[in-house]
Amino acid sequence: MISDPHTSVAAQPSLTIDGQSATFTQGETIYQIASRLQKNIPTLCYDDRLQAFGSCRLCIVEIEGMRNPVASCTTEARDGMIIQTAPPKIEQMRKTLLELVASENRQVNIDPLRGLASQELSTLVNKYGARNGRFAGKTSGTSNEQDANPFILRDYDQCISCYRCVRVCAEQEGDYAISIANRGFQTQITTEFNNDLRDSDCTFCGQCVQTCPTGALADKKALRSQPLPEPIKKTRTVCPYCAVGCSIDLMTKGDKIVGAQPALDGPANKGALCIKGQFTYDFIQHEDRLKKPLIKQPDGSFKEVEWDEALTKAAQGFAKARQKHGRRSIYGIASGRAPHEAAYSMQKFIRASFGTHHIDNCSRA
Amino acid sequence: MSNPLQDMEKPDAIFAIGTNMTECHPVAATGLKKALTKGAKLIVADPRKTRLAELAHLHLPIRVGSDVALLLAMAHVIVQQGLEDREFIAQRCAHFPEFKKHLKEFTPAWAAEICEVPAIDIEQAAILYGSAKLGAIYYTLGITEHICGVDNVQSLCNLALLTGNLGKEGTGINPMRGQNNIQGAGDCGAVPNNYPGFQPVTDEAFQRKFAEFYQQPAMDLGKQMTKVTALNLCGAEEHGIHAMLIDGENTVVTDPDKNHCKKALESLDHLVVIDIFLTETAQMADIVLPASAWGETDGVQANTERRVQRLRAAVPPHGESQPDWWIIAEIAKRLGTPGFEFQSAKEVFNELCHLSPIYKGLNWDNIGDGNYQWPVPEEGHPGTPILHQNEFKDAKPGLFKNINYRDPAEVIDQDFPIWLTTGRRLQAYHTRTQTGRASGMNYLLAEETLEVHPDDAKEWNLHDGQIAKIASRRGEIEIKVETTTRSPRGTVFTSFSFADTQINILTGSGYDPITQTAELKVCPIRITPVS
Repeated sequence: MISDPHTSVAAQPSLTIDGQSATFTQGETIYQIASRLQKNIPTLCYDDRLQAFGSCRLCIVEIEGMRNPVASCTTEARDGMIIQTAPPKIEQMRKTLLELVASENRQVNIDPLRGLASQELSTLVNKYGARNGRFAGKTSGTSNEQDANPFILRDYDQCISCYRCVRVCAEQEGDYAISIANRGFQTQITTEFNNDLRDSDCTFCGQCVQTCPTGALADKKALRSQPLPEPIKKTRTVCPYCAVGCSIDLMTKGDKIVGAQPALDGPANKGALCIKGQFTYDFIQHEDRLKKPLIKQPDGSFKEVEWDEALTKAAQGFAKARQKHGRRSIYGIASGRAPHEAAYSMQKFIRASFGTHHIDNCSRA
Repeated sequence: MSNPLQDMEKPDAIFAIGTNMTECHPVAATGLKKALTKGAKLIVADPRKTRLAELAHLHLPIRVGSDVALLLAMAHVIVQQGLEDREFIAQRCAHFPEFKKHLKEFTPAWAAEICEVPAIDIEQAAILYGSAKLGAIYYTLGITEHICGVDNVQSLCNLALLTGNLGKEGTGINPMRGQNNIQGAGDCGAVPNNYPGFQPVTDEAFQRKFAEFYQQPAMDLGKQMTKVTALNLCGAEEHGIHAMLIDGENTVVTDPDKNHCKKALESLDHLVVIDIFLTETAQMADIVLPASAWGETDGVQANTERRVQRLRAAVPPHGESQPDWWIIAEIAKRLGTPGFEFQSAKEVFNELCHLSPIYKGLNWDNIGDGNYQWPVPEEGHPGTPILHQNEFKDAKPGLFKNINYRDPAEVIDQDFPIWLTTGRRLQAYHTRTQTGRASGMNYLLAEETLEVHPDDAKEWNLHDGQIAKIASRRGEIEIKVETTTRSPRGTVFTSFSFADTQINILTGSGYDPITQTAELKVCPIRITPVS
């Protein structure tokens, strides 16, 4: 056959995973390709926003022609590889690894309020039936109960030394506030000089909390709502502070907002948040919120009234100004905090009611 | 922003000027930090040694308000060294010869005098940005809140045009907008000069379009009025403003020259404020209408990269509060204004899309969680993550502007010998009506301080933790001193977030003549210790 010069570029490399063939781009890891094929390989130290670390070994796979299993998260795919992601031998190894990890981790039930990834370990341990106490004995990590910060619980008894917190703080945030002290069973996640987080470079963005697979670092503020009996509901929305527009999931129990978690697929933030988006949602349900329309009384105090009375009075005031001083005597200031519908309605109110361009927003301040 | 947020990891050289990004836009700053780990060079121009400045390869601690001089000298160096992108200039720009001639006298040595930084650093900054394959500019209010805000922005445009750093991935001119939907307020036409979608009010075709759609035959052609002018005219006998509707803005705390602003609102016959709290501004109102808050209403917003995003209600509205759009529509109906029969946020948004050419291809159901960055001129269009790709707006050439340096409205003198600049802090948002009511925040930031260089403190008989009186030509307040090398010698800093240290009593020395943006970043003051 005569080759067509237009198609003579090298064919895209391909491999086979669990009998399924797939093409890939040079540089992709086996784990990335397997994830694309929805293979659901278990991991604990993996966060796809971070460099693969290869420490938990749960993502091991079998490759034809290789003597030992390899960590799929750190192994780059090569053309023609034939891979098994979950043969019985690998699954048994994973169970043993999880038994070892579970022997260090002291709590069986982790409240999902603790963090976005907090269920990862307990889910795997349950799936593999790995909490059997086979390796019970030595543990590492001691909880820090002194740190009085109101946001981040440092429950290192649950820590399994995956270093996701350390890595997210360094790689994602560039803050390097969290570090590792000691080795082996003495390993301890800590800060510089073992300070409280407030006295470290921590910005309380909460990313360590959200990536922790065991709930060792946990959302202390959300956990205050642990006693509420209702199930957690999540609503996808966007942070109300600056204009980066980070997607978040607001967590509610019944009608109460109990926490916020970053949306990993948020188009603007890809799972990142700052302290404001992470921890300052509760102004909404503050007791200072206005509940009813108010009309000022002659003595300067405010009286709560019904909507119809307040709206009628509001309209009458504008009608009176128009009558007395003309249509150019009225001005509107729209909000840069409220949604489009508010800003659009404000400018329409001024333009349609008075035919003027007496409308502005807070961007000049 | 001309370019999307995801581009922040891509430049070879980043020029960040007047932006305290790690505190004000922390998540965006993570992108820049990633660019640095990939080898990008970071130039930061900011009087203060912010966290971003600490990360910089080159920090230019320029004197507040001297940006134009710096930018002129950088352009001078780029041309002098032949680093300009001749192909880009030839194909897409105009007025380059005039600009080149204009630049001649603005040497780094000239700018060094004004900016109070070494000429060699200015030259270095120009070479780093000018020789990068992909150079990106990021700025915030440190550029715009000056009497020469427009000049500053146009000077940045000159640099981008000169180096061809526009219309490509990893480049651009990127203002980081401050409030979640301040971009959207402009998109929606809540500005004096444009109808929704940036359709100028001075254009007869748009006047006709909106007069017809809004059933308002007496629609003005032009005659736009900014908020600054409106506040000046409050209560005036001639052409006065006598009634005002304010939606969700704590005007008397955020705006410059607080006493003037307060007097203005007091002189109104009728003030209606829509808000979620009884803010200081709401307390001045005749009628306060309770709005339902973020988290309680469905809606749409646009972020700083022009991404149109859905907001969703997670809990029921507090008390009897109602969405802003509903409140405004109910007042309009009672005034007899037609066209306010909206039943839902969806109907309001879809009307906006219908009238706005940049939203034409959008509707409530297709925007998803931020699928599009405007302009989206028709349905099926993929949106426009990068502006100016093949041509500038309306196929016009990119114009070089001959800008000249001007001093700030007020400069330091014997009576007011210290520069004050203001800004924001990571743990507080604006006037703290929200973050101040979030539990736990006081643990990290409970009070405001005035940042003073330790050597200045010594010279001015101040010590860390001491209360000082600071005064400008407009007013005075007391504030606690914090000695820190974040401030350069001769310049002090504070934020406007705390109610007991209302710095905007002092500010308000002048306004940009075109945008009427206040010079909040520069205010000469004097400091006296309070014993």
